[in-house]
Amino acid sequence: MKGIIAIIRPNKLDDVKNALEEIECHGVTVTEVKGRGRQLGVTESYRGSDYRIDMLPKTRLEIIVKDKDVEDVIQAIVKTAQTGDIGDGKIFISSVEEVIRIRTGERGDGAV
Amino acid sequence: MADPILNSGDTAWMLISTALVMLMTIPGVALFYGGLTKKVNVLNTMFLSLIAFAITSIIWVLYGYQFAFGQDMLMGLIGNPANLLFSGIDVNSLASLAPTIPSTVYIAFQMTFAAITIALISGAVVGRMKFSSWLIFVVAWVSLVYVPIAHMVWGGGLLFNMGALDFAGGTVVHLNSGIAALALVILLGSRKDTTLLPHQLGYSVIGAALLWFGWFGFNAGSALTAGGLAGSAFIATNTAAAAGLISWIIIDYLKTGKPTLLGALSGAIAGLVAITPAAGFVTVQAAIIIGLVTSVISYTAIAWLKPRLGYDDALDVFGIHGMSGLWGAIATGLFAAPFINSLGTGLFYGNPGQLTTQIIAVAVVGVYSFVVTMIIGLAIKYTIGLRVEPKEEIEGLDTNLHEESGYRI
Repeated sequence: MKGIIAIIRPNKLDDVKNALEEIECHGVTVTEVKGRGRQLGVTESYRGSDYRIDMLPKTRLEIIVKDKDVEDVIQAIVKTAQTGDIGDGKIFISSVEEVIRIRTGERGDGAV
Repeated sequence: MADPILNSGDTAWMLISTALVMLMTIPGVALFYGGLTKKVNVLNTMFLSLIAFAITSIIWVLYGYQFAFGQDMLMGLIGNPANLLFSGIDVNSLASLAPTIPSTVYIAFQMTFAAITIALISGAVVGRMKFSSWLIFVVAWVSLVYVPIAHMVWGGGLLFNMGALDFAGGTVVHLNSGIAALALVILLGSRKDTTLLPHQLGYSVIGAALLWFGWFGFNAGSALTAGGLAGSAFIATNTAAAAGLISWIIIDYLKTGKPTLLGALSGAIAGLVAITPAAGFVTVQAAIIIGLVTSVISYTAIAWLKPRLGYDDALDVFGIHGMSGLWGAIATGLFAAPFINSLGTGLFYGNPGQLTTQIIAVAVVGVYSFVVTMIIGLAIKYTIGLRVEPKEEIEGLDTNLHEESGYRI
């Protein structure tokens, strides 16, 4: 099993959710977060003074999938969350040792 | 001057104007400032205006009006209070300075000016001043600064007798609040985070629009009659605000290539401030020039002067009200046209002496406001203190001072 953490633009959440549903990936946890990447944010100007806003609002998705589904999920996210401009976000993949469904006590792939 | 007989048209207009000026403070200033602060200070910021209005309302009827507009005494500095605690004011008596409306209406109209003047100062100190200290400051400042200045300029005092022109409060309201704001922030010191990142500019749009709307009562109401002069002041006010807005946008374009909404609001308010002393004295053409120039002055004060001098005027009360009020008072001495109002003839219509008088008025009001505000501020600083604890400032004043928060999401 793999854990996928995707940091995306907030306005892309609906598109990404729909794309995940199409490949029958339903389980997702969404958090509103703030952060920055290599470009160090954006500049805003108020009454003639410039301010660097280096923590930008982003949306964080957590998805746990079976190993065989990882690539499909990655492709779905990249395809829908991509604008080509700086700030599109990142996807992190890690191994998940165990998954337990609390309702039934079920473990492993069956609990994903 | 009109015959001393009650005119119901004038009275109706002055009642409406009074309500319009009230609207400028709450919700006008409260929303304008509230939107510009951090979200952890939004309630405290609005509260400063709200409480200022309430305290001033009480002071004004008990003794404020009486000292400000009573018979002159003490060499033109203050009036002799004849009707303390509102006693002896006949409901049917007519105002001596506006003989077609009742005294009660005139008192109420002037009360709204005192209230907005102190509320304007709050913009400079948001985010770091103790609420309890603000309450004491409001009482002391309205009593010791606003009332004497209102008397000096409007109530038959020193500057009034010199012939200083201030149609609706360029020196009494704007220069005065701007200079007082500067004095107070020098005593308070800088906020820990001095950035101006508005948490909800939408509030500020509504607040600024309510200020613009209410300003018609402020300036056209200052004609004290419902007639041609009120109409002239009305159109001059709107024209200068529009010119100020456009001027600030042009500066934004030249400097960064992008117009900003906050710039547009700032320009409109700077234009309204600058036309205030001149509204009932100048032509529409002069109003355009006053509005266009004032944004350059306020922009320079905010973006150039403030960072160099290092004072932390949080929402630019000195930059906008102080500097545009100063320019408006001077511009009145330049542009006052005798065919608009026989009481005023400026430099461009052959009376250079008016400009000198205006400069003296600005200097007297500026120095008086700065010095007495400093004394009040120092007295508070060394007794109960002016500033909140660092922890309270960092976490925000709403939860720490009021146990409330503006947003629960």
